[in-house]
Order: sequence, then structure tokens, then C-alpha cells
Amino acid sequence: MEATDLQAFRADLRAWLEENCPQEMRDGRNDEASICWGGKNWNFASEAQRIWLERCVTKGYTVPTWPVEYGGAGLNREQEKIFHEEMRRLNARYPLQSFGIWMLGPALLHFGTHEQKLHYLPPIARGEIRWCQGYSEPGAGSDLASLQTRCEDKGDHWLVNGQKIWTSYADKADWIFALVRTDREAPKHKGISFVLIDMQSEGVSTRPIRLISGVSPFCETFFDNVKVPKDQVVGEVNRGWDVAKYLLTHEREMISAAGGTMGSGRALGAVLAESETGLTDPILRADAMRAEIDGLAIGLTLERYKDQAEAGQGAGDASAMLKYMGTELNKRKLELVMAAGGSDALAWEDGRAPNWLRTKANSIEGGTSEVMLSIIAKRVLGLPG
Amino acid sequence: MRDAGKTYDPELWKSMVDMGWAGILVPESAGGSDMGHAAACVLAEEMGKTLAASPFLSTAVIAATALRQVTDQRASEALARIASGDATYALAVDESAKFDPAKTRMEARAEGNGFRLSGQKKFVADGGNADRLLVLARTGEDLTLFDLPADREGISRDGKEMIDSRDSADIRFNDVAATGDEVLGQVGEAMAVLRPALEAGQAALAAEMTGLAAGALGTTIEYLKERKQFGVPIGAFQALQHRAAHLWCECEVTASAILHAGRMLDNDPENATLAVSLAKARASDTAQRAVQEGVQMHGGIGMTDAFDMGFYMKRARVAAEWLGDYGYHANIVAQSRGF
Ligand SMILES: Cc1cc2nc3c(=O)[nH]c(=O)nc-3n(C[C@H](O)[C@H](O)[C@H](O)COP(=O)(O)OP(=O)(O)OC[C@H]3O[C@@H](n4cnc5c(N)ncnc54)[C@H](O)[C@@H]3O)c2cc1C
Ligand SMILES: Cc1cc2nc3c(=O)[nH]c(=O)nc-3n(C[C@H](O)[C@H](O)[C@H](O)COP(=O)(O)OP(=O)(O)OC[C@H]3O[C@@H](n4cnc5c(N)ncnc54)[C@H](O)[C@@H]3O)c2cc1C
Repeated sequence: MEATDLQAFRADLRAWLEENCPQEMRDGRNDEASICWGGKNWNFASEAQRIWLERCVTKGYTVPTWPVEYGGAGLNREQEKIFHEEMRRLNARYPLQSFGIWMLGPALLHFGTHEQKLHYLPPIARGEIRWCQGYSEPGAGSDLASLQTRCEDKGDHWLVNGQKIWTSYADKADWIFALVRTDREAPKHKGISFVLIDMQSEGVSTRPIRLISGVSPFCETFFDNVKVPKDQVVGEVNRGWDVAKYLLTHEREMISAAGGTMGSGRALGAVLAESETGLTDPILRADAMRAEIDGLAIGLTLERYKDQAEAGQGAGDASAMLKYMGTELNKRKLELVMAAGGSDALAWEDGRAPNWLRTKANSIEGGTSEVMLSIIAKRVLGLPG
Repeated sequence: MRDAGKTYDPELWKSMVDMGWAGILVPESAGGSDMGHAAACVLAEEMGKTLAASPFLSTAVIAATALRQVTDQRASEALARIASGDATYALAVDESAKFDPAKTRMEARAEGNGFRLSGQKKFVADGGNADRLLVLARTGEDLTLFDLPADREGISRDGKEMIDSRDSADIRFNDVAATGDEVLGQVGEAMAVLRPALEAGQAALAAEMTGLAAGALGTTIEYLKERKQFGVPIGAFQALQHRAAHLWCECEVTASAILHAGRMLDNDPENATLAVSLAKARASDTAQRAVQEGVQMHGGIGMTDAFDMGFYMKRARVAAEWLGDYGYHANIVAQSRGF
């Protein structure tokens, strides 16, 4: 794209954001209490949050890189960078976040039929349907492919029976994308399908599980003779593992993005300096400097991989690296936040402790750090075993 | 080469000159190829991987960048001599065990139209063999950079045997005469010339260390596939797989910082300080981790003098110190990130 076109794009975008982003949405907050997740049952935290979403939807800015016909703004990589820069310049909150945007959307764009894309993507972009992810089972965590939830072909529909666990926000979601076993005889990776299920279907139930961080965003999810229409399988039947893996690379990049900070987010030093004692402790300061350096470099790596992907140099296994490095860093950062906060940070009402505790899941969810390292050892380094 | 008692191989440097590497940052008008810092970093990275000892960094990167900040006839002739391989340079800044140009004490006393330099420099990389020296000295309150022939009367060089077997010298200046023409840039404004030169050198040195880390990692991965214990290749043990995988991650992340530093120096040199210090800090850390892990995963053979891993380790240690260590650059990053 011509530099002048990009400049014009930036100027238009900047003017639009200045005009349309409500003041209350310019605090850059990204904690659980400020995120807009959308969905049928969504209660907007404020009028500003509602207006901001509504305005962004009209421009496709909830999913800026998706094609316009599916509710996006059709931005290319360079425009996308500018979009994020301009959002950061205003310190604007993202208008909508969801598993639909991060995970299902990319998978549907890659594997879905045109009908499926038209049917499922625009409601995600508009924040009307909220999705959850049904991968893990009590017996299938790191060894995800050993999952047992059964899905039988009943001629005019599928019949699903089984249990999922650790399903984030299953109690608040409208739909679930789930991995199910459609062939019990085939080798474990070859008998899995990727299905879309309405959580309102008869036979679906959820039971919340409380997290160490105090809140309860994840659940057990049960399927008891749930009927699913035939056209709700994404990709080929028994080839769901391909879809699952593709989606996981997006999930991992999303989780790792929390760690990198080149030019984005706030410098760790500034965050820590706000605590009562600031950065006066030399050990805390040194640790924070290291974390800042690593965070900047990981952020640059995220950008480098995106550029490579844009140039068609697939970096599939690279997501394992970003996931591992990003989440381990994020845990370090929140340890520093707690250390800087001292006893102030220990009271629940202070708000730092839940974030700190929540980050402990980052190196588990979406594939554990150990699993990421094993993927790299085998696929990238070609080590045996 | 080390065992032949040499600190660098003039033939190797000559072949680098023939390939145009000496002129990689020299303008085309002075006979260079002017390919920019990102390209210089790519070359440095290769040299790190192969442990090639040459005055590339001191001459083709640091001195060439310094000379480019000056636009007179003398500087462009000096650049031409770099590109043609007729002159090699060394940068004489350090006076104590840690890099810190601001603490320079060496004095250049004004006398007539010229100066008299007295004092001592140490850890001058490539200083034993260089034809010319860039010397940082204090003129009153401020710092001035001089470009002097290394054989000028009053200069005595004491080559040190370094752990990495490369050229490094302590240099004594005993009332050395310098003319006003030999000031690079303006009197009292060394940093205008030196800062870009240092940043170029730091980025290229970081690139060298990244190549070195990649070399150490590659050697280790090969060994993990070859060496059998307990009836299997040791690379089948998860304890080693995870160490190697973690190291690879560190190398990937550092490579991004190097790439970014090269681009910033080419596209926005006024604002490259953060990117360069980030690269040097990360590279120092990663290279040292790579060689330590490399030795550990090789077992006993990693400790033998004839084996490459030891050379990697010693070069990593020297490169980590040169032009500012981790702490020096971490502080720069911290300052520009509001700590
Ligand atoms: C907050 C949170 C939210 C989540 N949200 C969702 C969701 O929305 N949907 C969903 O489907 N899942 C979700 N998960 C589940 C998550 O994907 C799993 O927890 C994860 O895959 C690990 O599985 P597991 O818990 O069964 O642990 P296990 O697989 O039992 O692992 C236990 C330990 O053993 C290690 N280990 C296992 N295998 C190996 C091996 N081969 N080599 C070395 N070490 C190994 C692991 O690294 C870990 O340290 C969520 C988890 C958390 C914590
Ligand atoms: C300075 C020095 C002095 C020594 N002195 C003596 C001496 O006096 N007498 C003597 O008999 N020996 C001596 N040794 C030899 C020493 O005991 C061996 O080097 C050591 O046992 C390791 O064996 P190796 O070198 O064959 O490495 P390897 O066994 O080949 O190991 C290579 C790498 O693989 C790892 N590895 C191997 N097996 C496993 C596994 N199952 N799981 C996970 N990782 C594994 C190792 O930890 C190591 O990182 C000396 C060695 C050194 C370096």
C-alpha cells in the first residue's frame, strides 16, 4: 500500500476515534470488570460501553482485520498496525473481546463454508453471540486428543453425550465450539470432529467452578443426549483435530500477547512506581528492569511473526514459543506488582491480588508451558522421542 | 588460529575486504556499498556463528559510522581507506574495568592550534593491530574525539592475552601531539559523532552474539541427536529437550530485538537508543545462557579445550562486556521506559 494512502487512513481513523470514542472509554483498562464480552445476556457496565461498541460495530472495528462482508473492516497488516497504534494513542479500551473474536472467528475464516461464515461471523463481530470453548475433559488435558465426549450420527442429526471441564464462561456463553469423538475405532487424532452447539439446546447444563482468584469464570459442562443439526460441523467430519490445532495457535498468540509491551500497554516501571514505596528497592527494580527488557523483546517477536505470517512464511509452531515466553513473563510481572504493592496489595478490595492469581493459569490454559516446550523440542528442533 | 599465537588473521580480513564487507557502511561516493546497519548486523551475526575474528566491528561499523557523521574531505578520504582495506581502526574509550564514556578522564590539553593527549586506555578491541585509533579525551569540561595514527610518537600499545584470544590492547598516551584537523567533529562535542558510532557498534556486537548463541545452540542440538547414553540419543530425555527448547525461545526473542535495532538505526537513527540497548542487553544475556547450557548438555566433552563450545563461551564473555554490559544497557532501557 502507498505511504500516502496509509497516512490518509491514519488521519481518517484518528479523527473518527477522537470524535467517537467516549471519554470514559479512554482509560486503557483491560481488567475483568472493564471488558465488554457481549452476548445475549450481556449487561453493559455503562452507557459509554454500549455506545462505544455500537459505534465500532458500524465501522467493523470490533474485528478490524475480518473481511467487510463478515462484519470486519477488511484492514491489511499495515493498517492493522496503525489501528492499534491509534487506539493506544487515545488509550482507548477495546470495544469488544471474546472467544468468538480470538478463536472461533479465525478458525471459521479458515475452515468454514461460506454459509457458515455468513451465519456465525457477523453476530460475533456485533457482540450479539458469546462463545465458549469445549476442549478439555476430566481425562483429557494436555493429552487433549484422548477426549471421549461422544458424537453419534443419527441420520438427520448428531447426538452428543459427555462432559467437558474448565470451560471458561460456559454459564454466560450462548454457544460452544467443542471437540467430540465421531469415530471410536480410528487412531485418537483421526476420530475427532469440531462441532458448534447452542448452549440453549436441551440436555446442555453447566456447573460453575470457583478459581483461586475468587471469581468463577469456568465451569463443568455436561452434554446429555444433545441433538445437534448436521450442518454444525466445521471442516470435515473426523478431521476436527486440524481445526482444533489451528484454533489453538490463535488462542496461544492471544494469551501470549498479554506479555509483550513494545510501545503498547504501559511500562512496567511506571506501573510499579505508583505503589506506595515505588521502585526504591534495588532488587525489585533490577527484576523489573529485566522483565521490562524481556517484555519489549517478546512484543517485537510477536510483531515479527505477524509480519512473517503476512508474508506467507507460516510460523505455526512459533505460537508455542510466544505462548510459553509470554505467559511465563506475565506471571513474573504480576509477582513484581504484588511485591511492589506490599501489604496494600494483599486485601481483596485492592484488586491486584485477583489479577496476580489469575495469571497463574496463563501457563496452563491453552496448553501448558511443558507441553509448549515439548512441541518446540520435537517440531522445531527435531529432537527424538 | 589461537594456537598459532595470532589475534586475528589478516588474510581473512583481506578476503572480507574483497567481498566488500569493509565498505558496508561507507557511502558509494567513497567506494563503499552503503547497505546500512541491518545488513551490517546480518554479517556480524554470521561472523558470530563462525567465530570469525576480524576488525570488522571496530573498523567497518564503528569507525565508519563515526566518520560518516562528519562531512569534510578528510573524513571521506578516511572512509575510502576503510572501504579499500587500507586502514583498520580501533576505538579507545574505556579507562576502567567497566564501559562508561561519560567518566573519561584522559586529558587533551590545548596547545597552540593543537592538543597534547596524556593518559591510559584499556580493553581497546583490535587496538594491538589497528592502523588508526579513535580516542576519547577530555578537553576541559567536555569530551572530544580524536582520529590518530596508531604509530604516533608517544603512543605505546600493550597487547593483552585475552580469554577469547582476540586482539585487545592497553594503550598509554604520553604527551601525544594531535592537530586540530585530527579532531573528529567539533571540539567538546564528541558525543555527536561517538553516540551513533557506539550505537552502530553495540547493535552489530549484539548481532554477533546472537549468531554466537545460534551457533552454540546448533552445535548442541546436533550433539543431542548423536550422543547415546542409556541406549538412546540423549535428546530423547525431556530434561534436555526442555532446556534446549527454552534456549531456542530465548534466541528467537533476541533475534527480534536485533532486527529491530538494525531497522531503527537505518530508518530513525535519532531515536534508536532504546532499541540498541534492548538488543545489546538481550544478546549479552542470551549468548551467555547459550554457552552455559551448551557446555552442560555436552557433558565432559563440553569442558575440553579442543572443542568449539569453549571458544563460544569465552567470546560470549568478552562480547558481553565490550561496549557496555547487561547492567549498563538495562539502565538505559529503564531510563527511557520511565523507571
Ligand atoms: C483458567 C483456565 C481456563 C481454562 N479455560 C478453558 C476453556 O475455556 N476451555 C477448555 O477446553 N479448557 C480450558 N482450560 C483447560 C486447560 O486447557 C487445561 O487445564 C490444560 O490443557 C492442562 O490440562 P490439565 O489441567 O488436565 O493438566 P494435565 O494435563 O493433567 O497436566 C498436569 C501437569 O503435568 C504436566 N504434563 C502433562 N503432560 C506432560 C508431558 N507430556 N510432559 C511434561 N509434562 C506434562 C503439565 O504441564 C502440568 O504441569 C482452562 C484452564 C484454566 C486454568
Ligand atoms: C573436569 C572433569 C573431571 C572429571 N574427572 C573424572 C574422573 O576423575 N574420573 C572419572 O571417571 N570421570 C571424570 N569425569 C567424567 C564425568 O564423570 C563425566 O563427564 C560425567 O559422568 C558425564 O558423562 P559424559 O561426559 O559422558 O556426559 P553424558 O553422559 O553424555 O551426558 C551429556 C548430557 O546428557 C545428560 N544426560 C545423560 N543422561 C541423561 C538422562 N538419563 N536424563 C537426562 N539427562 C541425561 C547429562 O546430564 C549431560 O547434560 C570428569 C569430567 C570433567 C568435566
